[in-house]
Amino acid sequence: MPQMNMAESLNLALDECMNADERVCIMGEDIAVNGGVFRITKGLLEKYGEDRVIDTPLAENAIIGTAVGMAITGLKPVAEIQFSGFTMQAFDQIEQNMARYRNRSRGRYPVPMVLRTPYGGGIRAVEHHSESREAYWAHTPGLKVVIPSGPRNARSLLNAAINDPDPVIFYEPKAVYRAYREDVPDEPEAIEIGKAQVVRTGSDITLIAYGAMMRPTLEATEDLVDLHNVDVEVIDLLSISPMDTQTLVDSVSKTGRCVIVHEGPRNCGIAAEIIARLNEKAFEHLEAPVNRVTGYDIHFPHFQVEQHYLPDPDTIIQAVKQTLAYE
Amino acid sequence: MPARTVYTASIESVSILDEHGRFDAQLGADLIPNDDLVKLYEQMAISRRFDEIAFKLQRSGRMGTYPENRGQEATSLGAAYVLNKDDWLVTCYRENTGLFWRGLPMEYILLHWMGDERGNKIPDGLCITPLAIPIGTQMLHAAGLAWAAKYREEKRIACTFFGDGATSEGDFHEAMNFAANLDLPIVFFCQNNGWAISVPTNKQCSAPTLAQRGIAYGMDCIQCDGNDIFAVVRVMKEASQRARETNRPTFIEALTYRLGDHTTADDARRYRDEAELQMWMQRDPIIRLGNYLKELKLWDRSKEDALQERAKAEVADAVKRAEEIADTPIEEYFDAMYADIPEELRRQRDTLRTSSLGQEGFAQGVETPTKQGIEETVN
Ligand SMILES: Cc1ncc(C[n+]2csc(CCOP(=O)(O)OP(=O)(O)O)c2C)c(N)n1
Ligand SMILES: [Mg+2]
Repeated sequence: MPQMNMAESLNLALDECMNADERVCIMGEDIAVNGGVFRITKGLLEKYGEDRVIDTPLAENAIIGTAVGMAITGLKPVAEIQFSGFTMQAFDQIEQNMARYRNRSRGRYPVPMVLRTPYGGGIRAVEHHSESREAYWAHTPGLKVVIPSGPRNARSLLNAAINDPDPVIFYEPKAVYRAYREDVPDEPEAIEIGKAQVVRTGSDITLIAYGAMMRPTLEATEDLVDLHNVDVEVIDLLSISPMDTQTLVDSVSKTGRCVIVHEGPRNCGIAAEIIARLNEKAFEHLEAPVNRVTGYDIHFPHFQVEQHYLPDPDTIIQAVKQTLAYE
Repeated sequence: MPARTVYTASIESVSILDEHGRFDAQLGADLIPNDDLVKLYEQMAISRRFDEIAFKLQRSGRMGTYPENRGQEATSLGAAYVLNKDDWLVTCYRENTGLFWRGLPMEYILLHWMGDERGNKIPDGLCITPLAIPIGTQMLHAAGLAWAAKYREEKRIACTFFGDGATSEGDFHEAMNFAANLDLPIVFFCQNNGWAISVPTNKQCSAPTLAQRGIAYGMDCIQCDGNDIFAVVRVMKEASQRARETNRPTFIEALTYRLGDHTTADDARRYRDEAELQMWMQRDPIIRLGNYLKELKLWDRSKEDALQERAKAEVADAVKRAEEIADTPIEEYFDAMYADIPEELRRQRDTLRTSSLGQEGFAQGVETPTKQGIEETVN
């Protein structure tokens, strides 16, 4: 099995999908000649030509709007928005068309497209380049929202997103792009959108995270297990919407305690939705209020202080200890 | 009946001091007094030095991503030179020279790219807006600023800067349309530097000029050599006078080139020709004006040496001020959010925790709260 970082495994997934299906084309700013500002689409122009690997003019709303038009003919466009901060320029088309076309045409015009975009902080990027606003899209009926956490699941999740019959927002944790390498199988692995993954089983407390926050969560877990003797169960959400409620409920019903971690702001964030579901379905098993460690309800700060903004292993450990101490 | 021609148009392009040093004495007559010419030259040279040092700061890890301005000094400077003190200059991120001319201390630009939000806090008395990173968004604000001036019956105008790539954004077209149809005193200044990161201008606009985009909105439009300070000043004078006197907008396309990469995170060799770069090196706005000054006997070697020393010292001072400023306390980010901080946010600010349990605990100075403790806090 080759070792890959996430940038390479995403590139591999795009390559595999384009190779397998002529309906897959990719479009966006600087994705063809330049191979993308993060080099995720590197080499694809040379391989598939400029009809399928398209440098667009600089207009996000137009990228998504035209991708919708292509998609309703049955093509499978994969549109890149250079940074998730600039998906806001495409809010109109995402909310009003990409998400709705299937329903408002009563199934006549489904939208089998993917919007790929790097999100999140931690790489000392300039203003508007570090946001984590997956909650907007999870709040939009009609969209699926998925976020991989490592090279291996990134590859399979992107494959699943491209082959999904519905529009998928695919958030890429850019802090992870080149952070580490892991084994990525030769053959694509099947992964189901809408399923979370229990990455460590434990009995004392459930930690739920996704995307870039899996790393500090796993680091915290290591400390909790090794130094604090806490048997942590860790869940990688992978699919923000639809959400795998059952896996979360099963886990928390077993452990009775739970901490959720995400870097987006707290107010109406993904953790709030998880807490509501646990409240509905695991209430009688809860031994402590479900806790959350999230970004603050402020704009993502300029990078000089971004480390104070982002949840880190220490804040996660703190939250776990407090949740465990609750009686 | 055969179709009639109902409209024809042409685009003028203004050049006064060209790359070979030829000067159009008619167009250039009485345009810029000699004293000012020297000052403009000095400003460009200082700005160039600033750019080189900023680049080095990034390379040595003392600053974040930085967009070099090298080669584009004459555009924003020419505009800033023409504007009145109370006119608005609404820029994106490649207009250091114009901003410095208007009095923005150099360390503000450094702070911005060093990841310090205080770089965006424009000092009182300067009619400029913070750098705009989301492409094209600032043009609408400029239209609004111009609108406000008109509403208040002030004789102020707005001038907004943006790139060739930005003309593809919807915001650009909406700003142009508003300005033309609401009669707003504004100048749209497009720096066509040939590239939007790796995408050449002809992928943003299939027409032979960007300038003609103005025609579709019914506004005056003109092209100029953006590396020729005289041409920039001339078209800016006309445009600002038009705005001030008639509330009519103008669209200016200035042809220029970024001699550096898009930003320090980019490598332009991946997408553009070395020959193209070499050609534009010959059109450097600073070299061009310097040669002209020497011809007029306004400049010489010793003045140049003195200027370089001064540039070094001024930039070094700015770097010192930017680096020596104490880190922003994270609390400041909360305090600046609203006029009055909401209760929940104050809690996040005071505890630097978002975990509901942690928040309550910290608020009381208790690390591990009990149920009772939480009830007490809630009640
Ligand atoms: C809305 C938005 N989309 C994408 C980007 C990423 N981006 C930054 S600069 C740039 C190219 C801008 O080109 P141009 O307008 O020609 O200005 P230049 O950098 O050449 O001065 C892009 C795509 C952004 N900052 N904002
Ligand atoms: Mg440009």
